[in-house]
Amino acid sequence: MSTVSEDLPTMEIKAKLIPIYVMGKKYEVPETLTIMKAIEYAGYKYIRGCGCRGGVCGACSTVYRKPGDHKIYTGLACQTVVEPDMYLTQIPFYPALRATYNFHEMTGTAEEVFALYPELFRCVACNNCTKVCPMDVEVMDYISALKRGDLKAAAEISFDCIQCGLCASRCMGELPQYHIAQLARRLNGAYLTPRAEHLKTMVANIETGRYDAGLNGLKEMDVAQLKKVYQEREMEPATAGEDWTPKDKSYL
Amino acid sequence: MPYPEELKRLIKQVEKTRSERVAKKKRNEEVPFLSLEERERRLQYHPDFKEEGRRPLKVGPSKGYKIAHEMAEVLEAYSRVKPETIDLKKWDFETDVLVIGGGGAGTSAAIIAAQNGAKVILATKLRHGDANTMMAEGGIQAATKGHKDSPYFHYLDVMGGGHFKNVPALAETLAKKAPDAIQWLESLGCNFSKFPDGTLKTIHGGGTSRKRMHFAADITGAEIMRTVRDEARNLGELIQVIEFSPAVELVINEHGQCAGAVLYNMETEEYFLVKAKAVVMATGGSGRLHIQGFMTTNHYGATADGIVMAYRAGVPVSFLHTVQYHPTGIVFPEQAEGILITEKFRGSGANLVNIEGNQFVNEREPRDVEAASIIKECIVERKGVPTPTGKLGIWLDSPMIDDLVGPGTVEKEFPGKYILYKRFGIDISKEPMLIYPTLHYQNGGVEFKNTGETCVPGLFAAGEVGGGIHGENRLMGNSLLDIIVFGRIAGKTASEYIRNQARDGALNLDHVIKYNKEVAQAGIETEKVSPMLLPDYTDPRVRERQLTSHYVGTMR
Repeated sequence: MSTVSEDLPTMEIKAKLIPIYVMGKKYEVPETLTIMKAIEYAGYKYIRGCGCRGGVCGACSTVYRKPGDHKIYTGLACQTVVEPDMYLTQIPFYPALRATYNFHEMTGTAEEVFALYPELFRCVACNNCTKVCPMDVEVMDYISALKRGDLKAAAEISFDCIQCGLCASRCMGELPQYHIAQLARRLNGAYLTPRAEHLKTMVANIETGRYDAGLNGLKEMDVAQLKKVYQEREMEPATAGEDWTPKDKSYL
Repeated sequence: MPYPEELKRLIKQVEKTRSERVAKKKRNEEVPFLSLEERERRLQYHPDFKEEGRRPLKVGPSKGYKIAHEMAEVLEAYSRVKPETIDLKKWDFETDVLVIGGGGAGTSAAIIAAQNGAKVILATKLRHGDANTMMAEGGIQAATKGHKDSPYFHYLDVMGGGHFKNVPALAETLAKKAPDAIQWLESLGCNFSKFPDGTLKTIHGGGTSRKRMHFAADITGAEIMRTVRDEARNLGELIQVIEFSPAVELVINEHGQCAGAVLYNMETEEYFLVKAKAVVMATGGSGRLHIQGFMTTNHYGATADGIVMAYRAGVPVSFLHTVQYHPTGIVFPEQAEGILITEKFRGSGANLVNIEGNQFVNEREPRDVEAASIIKECIVERKGVPTPTGKLGIWLDSPMIDDLVGPGTVEKEFPGKYILYKRFGIDISKEPMLIYPTLHYQNGGVEFKNTGETCVPGLFAAGEVGGGIHGENRLMGNSLLDIIVFGRIAGKTASEYIRNQARDGALNLDHVIKYNKEVAQAGIETEKVSPMLLPDYTDPRVRERQLTSHYVGTMR
């Protein structure tokens, strides 16, 4: 497998080394690495601040500045490539208040959200949350949608949120945006979107034992028979529409 | 970084053949699927078939069973802690059900156990939700559309994908409980992609005979994980979550029942004893063992911990001789190396093409066949695309999807990957992606039944840590399904067990003492301790300077 590399920083240094400052301390690292791999290259071993290593878990949010630039930059350590002289720290955890609720007794109204998160109205629309979001979520827009009572819009705008907490860290109104968005998404999914009727029917059919005979038949087959049935099974064409039905309906 | 000039030139080859390939797709003309015999021949190029890649286990209940060296090494290592030094008469926590692992399986088990009246402790190595679940993108299978599909066909697909070796009862439970799992998630507010009338959107995945892949855009796993985690947090009075505290050994009582675990606080380096009436093992997979040196899609903590603990306690392992390599991991740009490109791209119509812009395999073969085909195309046929970092890859022609479905589809249906590549200056709705197989899933694991039970009373298993559901190869969308189905089952069985069978009794770690002896007697010379807990990516030259003569309390 000589053509396949490991998930390790490259060992023969072909890339140029550049200085970065990890929490103020200088290290020389290859310029092609992500912040995460660069920190490991420097000799750190993560306990916190590292999760999926694929940009979806929100464990490795990182704040940095560049020389001579007043601006605060943010990114996920596992997704952001190092730059010369970047001055960085990670914020692997941010304390934020999360409301507790009995979800199954809720109905999906805006008032339910307002009651659990009254601080929603402390938002002063400064847009710091949006500016700091490493996922480019329009955080202030979903907060505005929530203030208007539009949970559906909030659910959709916040969909890519990875709950890293950076928004809350910069919020003048001290909102826990990502927790409120989580509630909005759940309410949207359960109460503001129609439930799937076909799913209800299928669950009921399974409970009545409709498919048991067919399944038992398959379980009793020897491998040769099973292979034959498998190879002869009818394939739904790639371009088939929702209403496609198979010719053989005996096991439906 | 964006594609350099030489790759941009090669992309022209892909563009040259694209319109014809799109036209064919619209006519439903496909590269023929391989017959079962052809599949078998193709699989000879799969890493599982490399004899030098594995060795027989020297100790434990599955002694003699041949598995990957990297997995054998953690199973043939000593315990992290001297069992004699732990005071088993004093425990720091006491609970009904101890769930080990904070991913989708563990969290589902915790919710159901709590709803059945059990007090639960959920111990997890990293944060609650740091798990492969979070990273699963493509979807979750279930036969929910009765006019064209049923558990019968789902079962058949599962068995075919697994080379007909799957444990039938496990595969049956998976298929039969699948719709109920989707309904549970729907009731918890999981935002599945739907039509306006509530009908769930479904697509094909590799090896499916019916379109039964449900999804939440391209972050299905994250949506499921954050939803169940939120629900577990609402049950905070019943479910105590202990983060950054992996279990390192199981504890057995005088009646031979599993009765807790030893936890390790990675930050303070203390060990804690948890006494429990039942334990659910849900520690997930092992991609970070980097079997055969492959890159991996797995999260940071996927190091086979649960397999090690359960194996020492006497639970045999099965199906670990096979490992799933996801056919499409990013091989360029280097910063994103190993990251998974969901099968949904292929389900939506994107072809795999070689350096000449030609197809060489149907893009909807089962994963092992697909991975073997890519490796063969690169290494044997020599038609891979060379990358600037000296590797080889194959094009995944994502722009086709916009041509097939309509402009803007790639951006809308794959927001996660669209943004990821955009950061590197690549627009995947206009340029194809360069991919190579990446270590993705531990097909096998500890032996368990469709009730969640293992051979050790009081020890239950759920999720990737268990083996048998998927046989020798898992199909896309059956893992998110497996963790929800079997997580819920384990939670239910465990909560019933504590009422009817669990007995109180003195705790012991005799099985660990015995196992350590067995390792020594087998003549295994190793400095390794396990579970591994975390991989080490320190640069070797830094490691050479880490010269502390004796362990004095750092992670090393």
